[in-house]
Amino acid sequence: MANKTEISADQAALFQFLLRMGDNTLVLGHRVSEWCGHAPVLEEDIALANTALDLIGQTQLWLGLAGEVEGQGRDADALAFLRDIWDFRNVLMLELPNGDFGQTIMRQFLYDAWSSVMLGRLIKSGDPRIAEIAEKVSKEVAYHVERSADTVVGLGDGTSESHARMQAALDYLYPYVGEMFLSDATDAAMVSAGLGPDPASLRDEYDLLVGKVLDKATLTLPDGSYTHKGGRTGAMHTEHLGHLLTSMQWLQRAYPNSQW
Amino acid sequence: MSDATPDQIVRPDESLIWAWLDDVPDPEIPVISLVDLGIIRGVEWQDDTLVVAVTPTYSGCPATAIINLDIETALRGHGIEKLELKRQLSPAWTTDWLSDKGRAALEEYGIAPPQPAGGPKRCPQCQGENLERLSQFGSTPCKAQWRCRDCLEPFDYFKCI
Repeated sequence: MANKTEISADQAALFQFLLRMGDNTLVLGHRVSEWCGHAPVLEEDIALANTALDLIGQTQLWLGLAGEVEGQGRDADALAFLRDIWDFRNVLMLELPNGDFGQTIMRQFLYDAWSSVMLGRLIKSGDPRIAEIAEKVSKEVAYHVERSADTVVGLGDGTSESHARMQAALDYLYPYVGEMFLSDATDAAMVSAGLGPDPASLRDEYDLLVGKVLDKATLTLPDGSYTHKGGRTGAMHTEHLGHLLTSMQWLQRAYPNSQW
Repeated sequence: MSDATPDQIVRPDESLIWAWLDDVPDPEIPVISLVDLGIIRGVEWQDDTLVVAVTPTYSGCPATAIINLDIETALRGHGIEKLELKRQLSPAWTTDWLSDKGRAALEEYGIAPPQPAGGPKRCPQCQGENLERLSQFGSTPCKAQWRCRDCLEPFDYFKCI
């Protein structure tokens, strides 16, 4: 009996973990897709749309597995389109409005860097379903981080206008970065089951990668250690997530089960 | 043959099925086949059901659904009745699985085939080697945009992953 409860608690933690992974890619994918048709140059428009597409594809893998683990008959679409704000587990940084192009790219880089480090660990997950998604997705993320890092350098070490905008973006977004490295009971359960890393253990590798790129971009990390948090635990999202979901979910809400 | 009763299941040879699949074009790059692309990972009879393992190129590639539909349509057209398409994620798709026939067809079509060095070897139009990258992304998730400085034409490069 005790054993049975333990297994279901593990499955609950795994479900939460998979929601965190899938909601990150879903919410960021939706934000990035908002640029479609609006980017400053055609090549960037195409690159942003491609990145959004990859992120939404990754969402299908993570949320698809989440639904399978949950075992309540919800698939990736049901999880994406029929949950409300309080059930989302993405970090707050990813639900913030895009801001200007520089802020969008800075956010992408700060996330891609985390994602590349995280996926490197998940490839070794004890759950082969997680390991194979990580193996697949890490190839795409390698492209994403190469592009976002190059663009951060190009704009940071660019004109005085682009430099100022990138520094402002970093100052605004950096207080949201810490949330990606906070650990809680869900993470502890993942670590003890050998399924995923302690997020805190990713920080050194992340700081090294981000520091190198920001140096080249002639940008300076802001002072202060305050961290906005609440997204990945679901404790409190920003007001922006509701607006995002309104736009993303309206069709399934207005016309349930519609297909085309 | 003469012993076959009308309701007996005919199981065409797997090599024949591979040949049929080699006639199914990629929906976005129709000069190469799904077999050339390296996304058909296995063809196997399990009792009277044909199981075809397909791996996605990129996780969000919108062609995936069309590819599955095309496989199904083609095999049903050849009389396969019980068919199961299985998504296989691991090992993850790599451009190393592109066939030589496929690589040659890509170049002929104007898309530079993937190179381990990470960039195209030569311009698919004029064979010039003085090239520059315009963007890491292109008209589909699997391609990047490059330009030839000799003939000044832009071209697609099939990314190496």
